[in-house]
Amino acid sequence: MNTKQKRTLVRIVVAIVLFVGVYATTELLPLNTLVSEPNTIYLEFVLFLIPYILAGYDVLWRAVRNIGHGQVFDENFLMSIATVGAFALVLFPDTDPHFAEGAAVMLFYQVGELFQDYAVDRSRKSIAEMMDIAPDYANIMKDGALVKVDPYDVAVGDEIVVQPGERIPLDGIVLEGTSQLDTAALTGESVPRHVDSGSEVISGCVNLTGVLTINVTKPFGESTVSRILELVENASEKKARTENFITRFARYYTPVVVGVALLLALVPPLLFAQSWSDWVQRGLIFLVVSCPCALVISVPLSFFGGIGGASRLGILVKGSNYLETLAHSETVVFDKTGTLTDGTFNVVAVHPEADVDPDWLLSVAAHAEAYSNHPIALSIKEAYSGTIDQKRIQQVEETGGHGVRALLDERVVLVGNDKLMSEGGISYHDCDLTGTILHVSLDGVYSGHIVIADVVKEDAAAAIADLHAAGVKKTVMLTGDRQEVAAAVAHKLGIDEFRAQLLPQDKVEEVEKLLSTTSEKGKLAFVGDGINDAPVLTRADIGIAMGAMGSDAAIEAADIVLMDDKPSNIAKAIRIARKTMSIVHQNIVFALVIKFAVLILAAVGLANMWMAVFADVGVAILAILNAMRCMNVKQFRD
Amino acid sequence: MHRVFKLQDLDCANCAAKMEHSINKIEGVSSARMNFMTQKLTIDADDERFDEIMDQVVIACKKVEPDMIILR
Repeated sequence: MNTKQKRTLVRIVVAIVLFVGVYATTELLPLNTLVSEPNTIYLEFVLFLIPYILAGYDVLWRAVRNIGHGQVFDENFLMSIATVGAFALVLFPDTDPHFAEGAAVMLFYQVGELFQDYAVDRSRKSIAEMMDIAPDYANIMKDGALVKVDPYDVAVGDEIVVQPGERIPLDGIVLEGTSQLDTAALTGESVPRHVDSGSEVISGCVNLTGVLTINVTKPFGESTVSRILELVENASEKKARTENFITRFARYYTPVVVGVALLLALVPPLLFAQSWSDWVQRGLIFLVVSCPCALVISVPLSFFGGIGGASRLGILVKGSNYLETLAHSETVVFDKTGTLTDGTFNVVAVHPEADVDPDWLLSVAAHAEAYSNHPIALSIKEAYSGTIDQKRIQQVEETGGHGVRALLDERVVLVGNDKLMSEGGISYHDCDLTGTILHVSLDGVYSGHIVIADVVKEDAAAAIADLHAAGVKKTVMLTGDRQEVAAAVAHKLGIDEFRAQLLPQDKVEEVEKLLSTTSEKGKLAFVGDGINDAPVLTRADIGIAMGAMGSDAAIEAADIVLMDDKPSNIAKAIRIARKTMSIVHQNIVFALVIKFAVLILAAVGLANMWMAVFADVGVAILAILNAMRCMNVKQFRD
Repeated sequence: MHRVFKLQDLDCANCAAKMEHSINKIEGVSSARMNFMTQKLTIDADDERFDEIMDQVVIACKKVEPDMIILR
């Protein structure tokens, strides 16, 4: 609590004590022993005025000041009218006086305001704490000693030293040292990441074990930490539809309720000779309920909390509107490579012919591909454990889309696909494994084949199952790969549909087709690795880029950024979005139902001031407490 | 010009919405966002008249929430 709030608290407590004292006095002590009968009511009036003024003088003052500015629908003004009105009922000779209620309404109103202030402050702080990944300083080597400087002052190319326990202040490349990094604040991943010289490191991670010397590659303003903070801070600027609806609603709600209050207080007594005190009181109750605060605070608070909580798990949502859209996702479309698979090719099987040694087969293929930089060639070279002797190879000819022909130890080697084999007139046989099949022949004789495939991510199957469990109706995979490879991966992962052999530009078209098949409310999310799929990310209702640590392009193009490259985070993001939206809806329904119920009861004369106070501050407090649940994402952690 | 201002003592979410509404009506303001949660005001407005527009913004805000200060 800040000092301002503490002062208010003390004032309210004193006012409550006084109020209870006055209340007890008027109930227990026969006031008519002190003053003569018709005047007791005025004594009571004065007594209750003391706690009332103490509790609410600031509200009354603001009311006077704001009405000077023409702010008729200012909540201070309306609350003042309602409470002053309750006191003023003393003017009607036929009423029970409502002093106690008038003073109590002001008291409760102030308690509620204080609590709102405190709660909003606290959630602001806890979200700020969650986002406490900003480094305070960087260590620079100067004249043989480490000097602490502001990360802002470190230039690209400078060398910084990060001690164990310190946060890496700027993005860079490790020059010296090995260590474990805690990336939890950025990715939500609890397993530390190993780094040594040559590794790229990003700011915001905590260095755990060893001293690291880092060559800075980005100025602080462009480093990962700054970008994330900026992104999350600005996220609540992009308001969700629900939020805009509530602000619009609030603009009409107060004037309408105040208008009805006026009608209630004036029309029946004037036109139908009803009791003034009764109808004025009904009007006053309307005024107390006329503030839409519960809604106006709790809705943005929920989104703010949801976005903050998600960022804790390494899920960066760039706007409340995206969280809202994500909650309605019905179709999730994946780009296969880099999203569901690692995006790197690996040798998954070596199938030599009878009498052929598998290591020898691999060695022949690796030599033939020695000069190639094709991803497939690289994967073979990586799988080959021996060293490549380039002197053994001559006359290398690479034909795109076919393979390589070379002389190895003066013998003709063909390494490539079935087209290359057919061209060379070599009888080969197919493999029942899916992937890219690389046939090898030596001097026109078939020696066997090597199967290369993009490896499916460990948690991919679980991620798809989880998406279905979270209520996603359809999962689709897009890939440039062959039909059979795509079918195998889709089947293995439990993906509903796939489209294979797509060129990059076809993907936009496919997503457009899929968009036309989603239901009116259902949304389509596209998940890519952020490389080369910016157009698709933009075209989808929601673009999700994953594995985005350090990738500026992905952060730019996507609406939601997964810092980690785990597909299982997508379902988590959807669940957080759904939870946030359901809390938002609960609050809207709850607040409106209570408010309208009290308004109706008041109109027919069944409500009292106490109910009105509950419908105002009570509802606001409960809605805020409910909204604060959005921040809690513990249940979504692994 | 696009600028972000910190706000001090913005205590009421409904007032923030009201102020945002009236700032958006000021001539020369192309868009304004008042963020109750982050206590920030983001304004896009004409370059040449920016200071003049900001004076009007301050007046508009004073009418709704006199206690709030825009840190310029």
